[in-house]
Amino acid sequence: MSEKKRLDLEYSQLESDRMRINVGPQHPSTHGVLRLEVEIEGEIVTEVVPHLGYLHRSFEKHCEKMTYPQIIPYIDRIDYIAAMNNEWPYVMAMEKLMGIQIPEKVEFIRVIMAELNRIANHQIAVATFGLDAGAFTPFLFFFRDREYIIWILEKMSGARLLYNYFRIGGLAGDVYPGFKEDCLNIVKQVRKTNAEVMDLLIYNRIFIQRTANVGILPADVAINYACSGPVLRGSGVKYDLRKDETYSIYNRFDFDIPVGTGEVGTLGDCWDRNMVRVNEMEQSCRIIEQAIAQMPDEGDVQSAIPKRIKPPVGEVYMRAENPKGDLGFYIVSNGTDKPERVKARGTSFVNLSVIPEISKGYMFADLILILGSIDIVLGEVDR
Amino acid sequence: MVQYFKNIWSGLSSTAIGMNITAKHLFVKKVTIQYPDQKFTMPPKARNRLALDMVKCTGCTACAKACPVNCIDIETIRVMADDPHQELLHTGKERKLWLGRFDIDFAKCCYCSLCVVACPSDAINHSAEYEYSVYKREDLLYKFQTLTDEQVKDKQARLAEFMAIEKVCHPDDAPAKPVAKKNIDEKTE
Amino acid sequence: MENVNFIYDLLGKNFIAIILVISLPLMFVLVYALAAILAELKVSAWIQERLGPMRTGPWGILQPIAEVVKLIQKEDITPDKANKPLYNLAPFIIFTGAYAAFAVIPFSEYFVPAGINLGLFYVFAVGSISAIGLVMGGWASNNKYSLMGAMRSVAQLISYEIPAAMAILSIVVLASTMNMQEINKLQSGWFWNWFIFGGPGSITKIWVIPFTIGLSLIYFISSLAETNRVPFDIPEGESELVAGFHTEYSGMKFAMFFFAEYANMFIVAAILATIFLGGWNSPFDTFMQGPIWGAFWFISKAFSVVFVQIWLRWTLPRFRVDQLMYVGWKVLLPISFVCFLAVSLFVMLK
Repeated sequence: MSEKKRLDLEYSQLESDRMRINVGPQHPSTHGVLRLEVEIEGEIVTEVVPHLGYLHRSFEKHCEKMTYPQIIPYIDRIDYIAAMNNEWPYVMAMEKLMGIQIPEKVEFIRVIMAELNRIANHQIAVATFGLDAGAFTPFLFFFRDREYIIWILEKMSGARLLYNYFRIGGLAGDVYPGFKEDCLNIVKQVRKTNAEVMDLLIYNRIFIQRTANVGILPADVAINYACSGPVLRGSGVKYDLRKDETYSIYNRFDFDIPVGTGEVGTLGDCWDRNMVRVNEMEQSCRIIEQAIAQMPDEGDVQSAIPKRIKPPVGEVYMRAENPKGDLGFYIVSNGTDKPERVKARGTSFVNLSVIPEISKGYMFADLILILGSIDIVLGEVDR
Repeated sequence: MVQYFKNIWSGLSSTAIGMNITAKHLFVKKVTIQYPDQKFTMPPKARNRLALDMVKCTGCTACAKACPVNCIDIETIRVMADDPHQELLHTGKERKLWLGRFDIDFAKCCYCSLCVVACPSDAINHSAEYEYSVYKREDLLYKFQTLTDEQVKDKQARLAEFMAIEKVCHPDDAPAKPVAKKNIDEKTE
Repeated sequence: MENVNFIYDLLGKNFIAIILVISLPLMFVLVYALAAILAELKVSAWIQERLGPMRTGPWGILQPIAEVVKLIQKEDITPDKANKPLYNLAPFIIFTGAYAAFAVIPFSEYFVPAGINLGLFYVFAVGSISAIGLVMGGWASNNKYSLMGAMRSVAQLISYEIPAAMAILSIVVLASTMNMQEINKLQSGWFWNWFIFGGPGSITKIWVIPFTIGLSLIYFISSLAETNRVPFDIPEGESELVAGFHTEYSGMKFAMFFFAEYANMFIVAAILATIFLGGWNSPFDTFMQGPIWGAFWFISKAFSVVFVQIWLRWTLPRFRVDQLMYVGWKVLLPISFVCFLAVSLFVMLK
């Protein structure tokens, strides 16, 4: 904070005009079609106004015309980087509404899929964060590894990005032979690359200079803005739905919730948020290893899928820990095969709202890094 | 002052560590797949372009109903008893519905595989074909019908003739529904 | 000091010979720039476990040519509200600044385009021309990103001239000449006669070696900043400024910026090779020494430096503007002063 105050003091004594620039929607590092209206004074950001809606696809309105299974492909497209994690709260909500008991094997496969996708998401987040800081090579190291993860997901579901793999009450398909070995190899590879990137990027002096003490998000501000996921945990709040509101079978696994420590700067800065993601990859690896060890070989993953999906009249809200934070679905059923209303609580949308609060007084180059450390996906912001 | 030199030292040393890592990567085996020459083997479940087995297709339109983006367009014509052209389905039963049109617009298709799940007779499936880029969007409209246009017109005319007679004979009845479709619907339920 | 130039020796000092002398470095720049672009593509690819361009020619070696052809074919867009004369002039000024410095680069014992006595001074003087081009292009584009890029770029160029100049001044003190050819001749013999190892002299020079190595590092770091390379590529920092001062440029004008950047890279590498790494001298005394070998040694030394520049680019993240200034004024400058004092002391004691 002292750095910020010092800069404020130095620059407040200069007489200068402010300049308004539009960052985006076509800008290399807004992570999509986000437009930030930025007012800068020299290099110092004085005001940020995010403008949304460039990727609005009226997901919620679409859902009202779709049958329940048809909604799942649309849900994939909310946060297209972690589609498996997206589908999960929706199918859980439907299972809760219809009172379906799902087989144990399905739960295990869902956990493994979600954690693999969480690693893939965090790899993109850390990689693009490095890219925002100007480091290109870690980006491609992570993308190489992500490709291996995607191969597994493709073998399981048939698609690389938009899986449509979770079904209400089950899964689209069973595991393929050699799935366990593939997963364990991935875990090994992820750990190897993480160790390498730690040296190459995370603990690089220039990177620390760029990200430590930048974009400090105090825990109370984070909670007031309803931030969740690594953004909240980076501020030192130990909050993870997998532990705090245990769903599925997460209570059977032994894993930690990494939180920001302020190791190289202030608690809650960009470096902490990034580090939380790196540590979470390791925790996901641990969960995958345990799940692989405990997973039953026998079992039909489609046995609990109902023939006709016509939930009773009622409403349900279910949330789960997306890689970016809490993703919730609120479904109102009117007794037909189409929902009355589906509302999604987009994580990125909520996390993005904190940008104007935390980016004032930092440099223009820092704004890009703060945006990168929040890890937004515009598909989820606009829906 | 000590911090000043520490910072300089850590800047230089972490740069050296980074350069060491990148130098090692100069000589490792590259992971690039040279696409048109080397091809990535698709997993068996890969969701590529849809393929249709018209012998198996009964014309039940379950796939069109399951499609979330309405990319499947089917027009069925009831088979008339007096039609000299009759066909057998793969199950050995007589075909009840002609497929006057079976179009899949791959510009719309989202490859979600819901139609494959919905199909009761296993007629629609994902093929291994994934290289079908075209210059015009219209070229992505795939027509799967096996009948020629003349045949379709002939069959439509026969049906219209039949309906006209039906209307004269039973003027009070609601328009007759295609019999075959009803049967299949009941079966799936 | 008479010219040492094989073309004048062969043809006499007439008009054709002068044209030849002028065009030889130009040829070299064009060929070198293509090679450097290819090196950049390939080194970056190999570091990232990719193959890089593979389709144009065997192993993609014709890729830079393809890129130049592509840039020539592209539409040359001038923004509507741009200041057209300045906008069109800027790339040429930058390239001229980069190319003019080649006049004093000693490629070999028998080839230096213009052997002027104030060679090093001249390099610094014409090197600053590019700052004018940058600010011209950035301002005339009528784009806020370009303007910010240009402002940063000029601030950066000016602040990093000073440590670079201090580093070179120390060597001038050591060599007591500013003629680059003379500096090369001083460093003949084994590689420990190079100025990076304290220059020619007896074993007593050993205590000055850390300072001269430090000076070469300071010069190298400053030269990275002067050529806008990572980690100092803030003027064109793509993550915030899209492409900095050349955001609006397209087609051949963009290619001019590109060429100028690579030409600048070679110039700083050549100066580093000349004043610290012995220029066209063989590292092993008379082994492989001679005019042709001289050119070989010089170009390979310069290329090694360019390789390190490329290597660094794909390793490091980017500085922020204030940190860049910090490094320039508070780290490099004091250390270069200390080194300068040490070297001066060494010369006085000698």
